[in-house]
Amino acid sequence: MRIIISACSVVRDPRATPKPLLQQSSWSSLWHLEAETSEAMSNGSAGSRPPDMTNPGRPRAQESFPEPPLMKAVFTHLSYGILILLGHVCDFLRKLGMKRDPYTEALKNEDLFKMNLDFEMFFTRNIYRRIRDCWNRPIASAPGAYTDLVDRVSDDCNWTFRYTGTKTNCLNLGSYNYLGFAENTGPCADAAYQSTLDYGAGTCSPARELGTLDVHKKLEALVARFVGKPAALVFGMGFATNSMNIPALMGKGCLIVSNELNHASIVTGAKLSGATVKVFKHNSVKSLEAILRRAVTDGQPRTHRPWRKILILVEGVYSMEGSLAPLPEIVQLKKKYKAYVYLDEAHSIGAMGPTGRGVCEYWGVDPADIDIMMGTFTKSFGAAGGYIAANQDVINYLRGASHSTTYAASVPAPVAQQIITSMTIIMGDDGTKEGEKRVAQLLDNSRYFRQRLTEMNFIVYGNEDSPVVPILLYEPGKVTSFSRELLKKKIAVVVVGFPATSIVEARARICLSASHTRDMLDYALKEINEVGDLLLLKK
Amino acid sequence: MESGPVDLGGFYGTVDIHLELEERLAKFTGREEAIIYSYGFATISSAIPAYSKRRDIIFCDEGVCFAVQKGLAASRSKIKYFRHNDMDHLEQLLEEQLKLDKKNPAKEKVTRKFIVAEALYMNHGDLCPLPKLVEFRNRYRTPIFLEESLSFGVLGEHGRGATEHWGLKPGDVDLICASLETAMGSTGGFCAGKSYVVDHQRLSGIGYCFSASMPPMLAAASIKGLDIMEGSPQIFSQLRDKAVAMRRLLRGTPGLRVCGESVNPVIHLQLACPSSSRDTDDELLERVARECIDSGVAVVVAKYLKEELKLPPASLRVTVCVELSEDELEKAAKVIKTAAAKHIL
Repeated sequence: MRIIISACSVVRDPRATPKPLLQQSSWSSLWHLEAETSEAMSNGSAGSRPPDMTNPGRPRAQESFPEPPLMKAVFTHLSYGILILLGHVCDFLRKLGMKRDPYTEALKNEDLFKMNLDFEMFFTRNIYRRIRDCWNRPIASAPGAYTDLVDRVSDDCNWTFRYTGTKTNCLNLGSYNYLGFAENTGPCADAAYQSTLDYGAGTCSPARELGTLDVHKKLEALVARFVGKPAALVFGMGFATNSMNIPALMGKGCLIVSNELNHASIVTGAKLSGATVKVFKHNSVKSLEAILRRAVTDGQPRTHRPWRKILILVEGVYSMEGSLAPLPEIVQLKKKYKAYVYLDEAHSIGAMGPTGRGVCEYWGVDPADIDIMMGTFTKSFGAAGGYIAANQDVINYLRGASHSTTYAASVPAPVAQQIITSMTIIMGDDGTKEGEKRVAQLLDNSRYFRQRLTEMNFIVYGNEDSPVVPILLYEPGKVTSFSRELLKKKIAVVVVGFPATSIVEARARICLSASHTRDMLDYALKEINEVGDLLLLKK
Repeated sequence: MESGPVDLGGFYGTVDIHLELEERLAKFTGREEAIIYSYGFATISSAIPAYSKRRDIIFCDEGVCFAVQKGLAASRSKIKYFRHNDMDHLEQLLEEQLKLDKKNPAKEKVTRKFIVAEALYMNHGDLCPLPKLVEFRNRYRTPIFLEESLSFGVLGEHGRGATEHWGLKPGDVDLICASLETAMGSTGGFCAGKSYVVDHQRLSGIGYCFSASMPPMLAAASIKGLDIMEGSPQIFSQLRDKAVAMRRLLRGTPGLRVCGESVNPVIHLQLACPSSSRDTDDELLERVARECIDSGVAVVVAKYLKEELKLPPASLRVTVCVELSEDELEKAAKVIKTAAAKHIL
């Protein structure tokens, strides 16, 4: 039976009857996906390659993920080994009372919280703490192309920090300010200010009670138009948009097929939904198809009944990798196996595509083929919160069933206004070409920066067109030195290591912005080049 | 000051104004340190799983709100619910656990236990007997996580919350979590407690680590709110007096009964004779609420999802604001009574 089904891709599997995406049966009549015949799908690879939307003659942008060189992997493991050993020695000395630091005080009350039990705490106090000056650096201005970092020093090996009272103006390569809307002057700031005078700061109510303002209605209509879906719903927190709505859409008896590198919010939402979760290899269409095929042929475990719904969870741009989900192939797969697609565009909305409409525009995929489009306003719009855009019936259902609309306060009015103003600018509805200019500038910056880094022989991950540029650092010592050396040169970068990434693949993650000029990038590249030579980061 | 954050707290998303707000909140609540979240709901629902993991045990009141329930679900810990505000039941559960611990001390050493409760219950409106919980905390060495969204800025002589209200020391409650979307009128939430406890959430609180920080403008709004709270401490007793007055005015509403603690400004009016169908009850209350809104008094039917652990009874929710005058409260009570009389009886 299995062989017959997998060989005949044109035959509709009678067991894979499309089940409604919405849990309530009254909406089911509106969800029928047509069976599609697919010719080139038998080996799971793409059919025709979608053109590059900015330049139809240009081939598909390249993505690269070079394997770590063996010696680097060896030294990285060795480094962590030494750190862990040193950590155990320090803990032993603490137990003997020979080492006094703020942690020994906390140990006195340890029987209450027992935080000592997990490796997490060991890692935090012995490894992370030594280098924690590289993170949580406070800023004292808007996070634009330049930002003021609050100077701080530590007199006790990073247990505590002392603020010196001064600030340092640094080139900001760490904030997700893709289109440069993190400004405290200009039309967005003025509109947000006026909105605060009209509506106050918070709404003090969930959307289902007294928390829906006219500005929310306006925003939802605008978001729907922006992404190209019939309707949209907005929420006060991007993380919560995933973690509180995926459980409303999926439940027991459903299958979630999630990319292995999906964001914590998606993972939380999937876990809380009660559905079965299967993970496919990052961006591997083969791995995804294998899971879908198995799901359709085997059905649910034990009972072998067909899954009520199958939902594929992917992101447009993966913020740690800089890679893009292969959307055309995923859409072909979902049509073949009658699954649904949930696309998280947190890092791609506003940043990808010729007019900033996200990865659907970038790939040339019809938004109607993506069942649920989700995104956040934090990155490209300089605001906060998230949205979900889908068909009217799904939005109507979510309005009543979402955890967020029922229990959490709605988007504050000034934040909603900020989004409306920035989105209007991006769309060009304000009568200027400012939006178009910013989107083009971002793409230009992304390509230039990545190309120059590659020419300098740095190991860089991700897609050529993605505004997220990870530079691989590998060893933990290099992670901290990279951050500290660049800070001396007044460049603020974000470095990420274990456990946020795999143990060998610690990296610096550069986020380009439309507000970066060519001069700023050249300065950054010059300094990064010097630090790269100093730390032996190049191939 | 712009109205949006642009990054995670750990990656240049911490603005100096966030640090100021954390310091002020810690000082206001009398704790060593505070940590702020950008979303009220995310506060307690991230805090619980940061400390409690799969093999741990949580003793939790049955009547907790949905945000706490999600925190419990995310922690994957073993949850032992005790009947709402039933301290005898909690004591019984703690004693049972003590017996099991004595039998297996090796397991006890690696198992964490917590007590979770709300200072002022969102769904029921009543107070939790905090002194009794603190007694259990000391006797059974089980830390308390207290949800204070409705008690922060309401209870206590200076609005510092349940600890002040009951005359306890701040150190008696290990971690308090509160939303800034209620009394503070802003956005987000915070947790406060001992430094080494709160600091743990900076790496383990998923709603903190993986989420963008609070918009600086709204942090500034909260700081201003604290200025007002510290500068005008009389507003708290005024608020509580108005809550008591409103409850008195609403007594005798046809078909509805006033529920909850007298000083609680959030007043649930439950149906005196609920029907067997929840949908019918909700629709009836919606008609009453609609009538009130048409007459110029905004009240809501409390909204819940069917996924609630124990669905609270259908109720109309009336919230008192300290800025309402006695006249306005009287007028409002009259409108509610008229609407109730028209639709319920």
